Amino acid sequence: MNKVTKYVLYDIIRNRFVMGYTLLLAAVSFSFFGFDPDPNKGLLSLLNIILMVVPLVSIIFSTIHFYNSYEFIELLSAQPLSRKSIFLSEYIGVAASLSLAFLVGVGIPTMLFEGTERGIVLIISGLLLTLSFVSLAFLAAVITRDKAKGMGLALVIWFYFALVYDGLVLGILFSFSDYPLEKVMLFLTALNPTDLARIMVLMKMDISALMGFTGAVFQDFFSTNYGLIIALSVLMVWVVWPVALATRIFNKKDL
Amino acid sequence: MHYFKNIPQALPPMIRAENINKSFGKLQVLRNVSVNLPQGRVVAVIGPNGSGKTTFIKTLLGMVVPDSGTIYVEGRSIANRHDYRAQIGYMPQIGRYPTHLKIKQLFDMMTDLRKENAPKSLDEDLVVAFHLRDMFEKPLGTLSGGTKQKVSAALAFLFNPPILILDEPTAGLDPLSSELLKEKIQREHDNGKLILITSHVMSDLDELATDVLYLQDGSVQFYSSVDNLKLETGEQKLGRAIAQIMSKTAVSSKRAEAIKI
Repeated sequence: MNKVTKYVLYDIIRNRFVMGYTLLLAAVSFSFFGFDPDPNKGLLSLLNIILMVVPLVSIIFSTIHFYNSYEFIELLSAQPLSRKSIFLSEYIGVAASLSLAFLVGVGIPTMLFEGTERGIVLIISGLLLTLSFVSLAFLAAVITRDKAKGMGLALVIWFYFALVYDGLVLGILFSFSDYPLEKVMLFLTALNPTDLARIMVLMKMDISALMGFTGAVFQDFFSTNYGLIIALSVLMVWVVWPVALATRIFNKKDL
Repeated sequence: MHYFKNIPQALPPMIRAENINKSFGKLQVLRNVSVNLPQGRVVAVIGPNGSGKTTFIKTLLGMVVPDSGTIYVEGRSIANRHDYRAQIGYMPQIGRYPTHLKIKQLFDMMTDLRKENAPKSLDEDLVVAFHLRDMFEKPLGTLSGGTKQKVSAALAFLFNPPILILDEPTAGLDPLSSELLKEKIQREHDNGKLILITSHVMSDLDELATDVLYLQDGSVQFYSSVDNLKLETGEQKLGRAIAQIMSKTAVSSKRAEAIKI
């Protein structure tokens, strides 16, 4: 499998877009840590940017890349290779290159300025977020053959997780504000990879007091190692299921 | 079945398709396609646009899975297998490759993928003929359409496979390269390979093909040797022979419809 991955990776790393993405992340990271003497604030600002930019870039770039590689994937499928290994090679190639961009752009500056447990949680959750949105992108791309539809679907997915979902949760909170919703909130958080990443980082900071009673329940849950491991595992599930489903679809798909 | 003439059925079929059906949604693209493709033949797969040529080729390569029917390559069904593709060299109609990869890397990758199944030395005739080595360090994204076509052709022949499937091989090639490729196809024919070609360039097919497989609306209209076709129609040129047969079948099918009414 890695026979193909190697070349996919080599190809993407030379891509200007990925270079630009790396530079953008690095510029944002250095400026946030550089301008603010309090690295805690820098981390928080960085988190907000990461939660928007990383999923967007991951899902859009991966979808475009998949459609642009269609003829190449066809050629590969005329070689003595299984569909599964072709698909996973592509996935690993794209996921690895975007992860590398994230590690260079955010990982290095964060470790320089805030190499604490908080910083490490930020890096890990950003990485998993990258992987899960690449996963979702591959799912969107195998669902339809039409590039425009695929891109639309990818954007809808991003829009949903980045903006709409939080709106829905707020709506639920307001409509049922007379009931104790803390446990429900905990569950709802698990249904959105972006929220999971956000909560994981926030709970490592001392700002949960700002979040009221829900924040306290969250703090109880996530600040323990047990809670962190659960959150990480759920985020891993968000990496695995879309690409697993996409592989199943791709296996039976007519190219 | 009166057109199934003069195909040397005695030879063991390299590829055998049995009752292949395939629909995309409501559109039926292949209807009960059954053919034996023996080794040593150059089969021209022709038909109007949308007649199912490309789908037929893709089913042979496993890119499209038929709704029903079985394809055998060297006697074994290809369903749920991928190893048989080591026996096939495929030249796609459009070659689009990762833009930042160099030609050399593409060749390295392919060699890496297929070396276990291609123990003999590589066939670099076309790499030499097309002077690809001089361009080995160029990224694939900077190549012209014709040069990409040359790369595709060289890759298809590289591993000396017993079956070659060439989708519009000469489209986009300059006259000289086109001749070089045709010479190569002729040589591989002499080596006893099975070669499938789709093309709309009848003069090319006239030079190369031994048999014609004509598809229309997804079914086999006729499958006959070129000599037989020319004999039957009294035409010297393949293009005219086919045109004649097609106009006849068109008339007879209209007549059949008229009788039904």
